[in-house]
Amino acid sequence: MACIEARGLRKAYGTTMALDGVDLTVEEGRILGLIGPNGAGKSTALNAILGLTAYQGELKVLGRDPWTERDRLMRDVCFIADVAVLPRWIRVSQALDYVAGVHPRFDRTKAEGFLAKTSIRRSSRVRELSKGMVTQLHLALVMAIDARLLVLDEPTLGLDILFRKQFYDSLLNDYFDRSRTIIVTTHQVEEIQHILTDVAFIDRGRIVLDCSMEDFERRYLEVMVSPEHAAAARALGPIQERQVFGRPIMLFDSVQRDRLVPLGEVHTPSIADLFVAVMGEGAKSQGAAQ
Amino acid sequence: MNAQSSTVPEFGADAPASAPAATAPTRPLYWSIRREFWESRSIFIAPLAVAALVLLALLVSAVRLPQGVRLLEALDPARRDAIIAGAFGMAAFPITITTFLVAVFYCLGALHNERRDRSILFWKSLPVSDLVTVVSKASIPLVIIPIVTVVIIIATRLIMLLMGTAVVAANGLSLAPLWDHPPLLQLSLVPLYGVAVQTLWYAPIYGWLMLVSGWARRAPFLWAVIPPLALCLFEKIAFHTSYLTSMLENRLTGSDAAAFVDGGPNAVIYKLAQLDPAKFVATPGLWIGLAIAAVLFAAAVWLRRYRDPV
Repeated sequence: MACIEARGLRKAYGTTMALDGVDLTVEEGRILGLIGPNGAGKSTALNAILGLTAYQGELKVLGRDPWTERDRLMRDVCFIADVAVLPRWIRVSQALDYVAGVHPRFDRTKAEGFLAKTSIRRSSRVRELSKGMVTQLHLALVMAIDARLLVLDEPTLGLDILFRKQFYDSLLNDYFDRSRTIIVTTHQVEEIQHILTDVAFIDRGRIVLDCSMEDFERRYLEVMVSPEHAAAARALGPIQERQVFGRPIMLFDSVQRDRLVPLGEVHTPSIADLFVAVMGEGAKSQGAAQ
Repeated sequence: MNAQSSTVPEFGADAPASAPAATAPTRPLYWSIRREFWESRSIFIAPLAVAALVLLALLVSAVRLPQGVRLLEALDPARRDAIIAGAFGMAAFPITITTFLVAVFYCLGALHNERRDRSILFWKSLPVSDLVTVVSKASIPLVIIPIVTVVIIIATRLIMLLMGTAVVAANGLSLAPLWDHPPLLQLSLVPLYGVAVQTLWYAPIYGWLMLVSGWARRAPFLWAVIPPLALCLFEKIAFHTSYLTSMLENRLTGSDAAAFVDGGPNAVIYKLAQLDPAKFVATPGLWIGLAIAAVLFAAAVWLRRYRDPV
């Protein structure tokens, strides 16, 4: 059974289609990066998966309909929206008490263990913590829950690079164990590229690319073309060409590696570069990919 | 992929799902109510502060008490009882007003604050149903605040009684006016009954406030207050009648008249015989109010359940 199965998922806000027929399957044990410009429908898709918003079409998360079974589903699903959602009045100890009280799969000892590695005091209120500490606290709560799906919507928004790195490191080292599934959206694509097993691009409510990282690496190649081979390279039909330090860099889709090697330096493109290529100039002007 | 994953036992795909998740269904409710205590400490602090202020004022005024008791001794017993009951009632009045205001503002924030600060996304990421959440919030004005009110009133009155007894005895005066009618039962039963009656009577008010709290994007207080007042004004101007106004007035101040013999908005309740539960239960307004309250609370659950959270 797939962790998430969406067929023809639609959601309209007035006349705007936030989701316009999304088909997406996420198997268990994957780490999917959902990448898209602002307003592409990322958050709407995640909200539908979490049972926070109504939708048309078919959607099953861990075999359940999230809209009708949200509270039951949340025993197996965790969610970090961004740093702002922990209530500011709550004390760290109260947050631990509450989650331990209502969540049957919460392991308090584990959460205390994660917190012991931080400088967060039990008696502090969330409003007294820095942005980075609030994220650490939320992550400690979530990682102590034996959930099967973790949804991260811009989890590191507004954090400095140290906290961002630490966040994904603990996620990988202390949490991910191949039986869990993680979906993450972020604008800092390059920072998570190495942890993803799958990537999906979403634009104007549609999935425009959906592949595993193995396929990604097999399919897309970036060549820093030597100037004398530029014409030959262009003949192979790059999906994008840009200039860096006067040298053309071309991105190829499904072109044999051995045909590209003679033309210049071949390497795997960054997700961000492919994103720009796939979304075209429109995406760049919206300032989404970096 | 990561160094530790090899040391972590590999679960079968459905192993975590089959792990026992046995929790009593009341546990989420219990913890949700405790959460409300943490968030809204004014539920306890405000009435306690008012009670302390009342007691402090009485302590200061105790210098005049012996003189007052001498005057009381000269009066006929019925008047005397009424005056003493009035004094105790005066102590309860500021406490009930305070807890009513606390309940009003609690309700207005109950389903609004979590949307304003987006913490609803955190609450909704936990396995707690919207029904349990709204029930836990509704239980604050309907159960918790009334209990707090009764306990604080009774405690305040007991301290008053002890203070009065001490002062009167110290001045070598007769304790008869204070203790002629055993006041303990009356001191505890009247507030218990009075607060229960008031809570049932106000239930639709709390339901309305909570529904507006879950519905209004901003300024829930204005949305809760101005539309009813506007309707009253409309009725007055358009039809020269004021049915709506008197209905609202009755809802705000009519509970004593419906539940006590000779009970009006300003009446003094000084005898247990004035308690009239039979009359109260037979009041149609009580049941109409409760039915409306049920609809309003159900609508609040529906809103939290089906509305996009932020």
